[in-house]
Amino acid sequence: MKIAVLSGKGGTGKTLVSVNLAAVAKTSTYIDCDVEEPNGYLFFKPDDIQEEEISVKIPRVDDKLCNGCRKCVGLCKFNALAFIKEKLFVFEEVCHSCGGCVLLCPEKALTEKEKKIGKVQKGISGNVKVKTGILNTGEASGVPIIKRLINESKDNNDLTFIDCPPGSACIVMESIKDADYCILVAEPTLFGVHNLKMVYELVKLFNKPFGVVLNKCLEGENPAEKFCLENNITILRRILFEHELGMLNSNAEIAVRESKKYSAIFSSLLETVKREV
Amino acid sequence: MKQLLVLSGKGGTGKTTIASAFIKLSDAKAYADCDVDAPNMHLITGQSSEPKKTDYYGMPKAEINPELCIECDQCRQNCRFDAISVEKTYKADPFACEGCGVCEAVCPVAAVSLKPAVAGELMLYANEGKVFSTAQLRMGSGTSGMLVTEVKKQMKSAAVNTELVIIDGSPGIGCPVIASLSGVDMVLIVAEPSISGISDMERIIKTAAKFGTKIAVCINKFDTNLANTEQIELFCKGQGLPFVGKIPFDSDAVKAINSGQTIVDINCASGTAVKETCSKVMNLLFNEMAG
Repeated sequence: MKIAVLSGKGGTGKTLVSVNLAAVAKTSTYIDCDVEEPNGYLFFKPDDIQEEEISVKIPRVDDKLCNGCRKCVGLCKFNALAFIKEKLFVFEEVCHSCGGCVLLCPEKALTEKEKKIGKVQKGISGNVKVKTGILNTGEASGVPIIKRLINESKDNNDLTFIDCPPGSACIVMESIKDADYCILVAEPTLFGVHNLKMVYELVKLFNKPFGVVLNKCLEGENPAEKFCLENNITILRRILFEHELGMLNSNAEIAVRESKKYSAIFSSLLETVKREV
Repeated sequence: MKQLLVLSGKGGTGKTTIASAFIKLSDAKAYADCDVDAPNMHLITGQSSEPKKTDYYGMPKAEINPELCIECDQCRQNCRFDAISVEKTYKADPFACEGCGVCEAVCPVAAVSLKPAVAGELMLYANEGKVFSTAQLRMGSGTSGMLVTEVKKQMKSAAVNTELVIIDGSPGIGCPVIASLSGVDMVLIVAEPSISGISDMERIIKTAAKFGTKIAVCINKFDTNLANTEQIELFCKGQGLPFVGKIPFDSDAVKAINSGQTIVDINCASGTAVKETCSKVMNLLFNEMAG
């Protein structure tokens, strides 16, 4: 069973929810798809780390073979190739690795080389298998890393929690592709509810069953709760804004491993989620 | 014209809260929300008129004409994005398709064509001598970096001869962030005193430094973890990065935001602290970093 945790807005508590659910389960896998800013491993501090570099394919020109026909330049929709002063240039940072230029070059002047964009790290933290995708700084897209993380777990039937990146763009879509259920984490602000609406539209678009966790609940008005009630959205749990939880979390400690109170709260959330799925 | 960009790496540290306060305090005549994935600035900057809306076309998407298709499978085999599948007929998935055109190029019978596709919407507010540029990316779309560039272009075309531009960025370090970095004079990083926040701050600082942008750091909700706050201050000192202030956690800030106001519209502790941060940043931007 695969459960994706997402939010639209950043900082609402995706990592808090997914790390603690994974830790409170008997055995589980935790996958950090927030490859731009991965944080889950800071909590799990996994042992037995194995690393794998992730690369994409980038064209390389053999100037001796290139006859300047510019077929590749015409094909490339990303403007990653230019023929300037009798020489073909490749702009690696805008290349999408579609392979079209290599495929179409009539002179076979283009070949592909590997360009490292990041890595996947795997380790163990007690009852949890921890998988983390890490994008190198300066790289534009972590999608190939997320694809690797998700495809690898395709046939795995473990209870798996997928910690998604913020937003509702292509990287989030890639992260929830194989999920059986989605947990949307929302905070009680106008910003929170505006971004909750967007991920709500996203999970509906992909026909994913889902429920909402309301995090950082304060006294007084909660626009996110109001939105859920108005739209008949299942509220899985309300988590209060508490100094104790904030402190554990800001020190990258796993609340359910440190406190019986939070262990009880997240066990009950896990049971609720399992019933929903 | 000086351009200030607000970034954080980690989401939810308070980019929009601080950027919107800066806009009020500095009376900026041009500003933009480059968090096109999850824009929020429009919720608290009080627009008095309707925006000018423009469709944003991202990359085109492949479409396969089943009447021409001879099922040779060339398109599927050569698509690097797994966008083509076969059920009854060959189909291209518009969400997976990146518009590279390889399928169109390899199709022997011209059954594949690339169709323009709307990937979002640009909005431009212009009233009372102020220009506000923002956008919303469509669900599940890619090319958010291109849309960020369009948001900035739209702002610049409407705001000529402006002294100061304030740009709210997106979380992360990837394409929208890189697109927002181009051409700015200074980046203000809003850090959060948590282990996650520190890790994310270091990654965004590395990213901004790669693009040669000047950087200053402030801490939001500094009193939620004083040990981590101290660590951030020490880090900045060690790296020679200007440290421009600490803003306390403030439940009044939530109230201000929820009533559509910035934190300097009401009298509150975070509002008072952000004033000092703002004047330090403006001083860096206009004086110390001049020339």
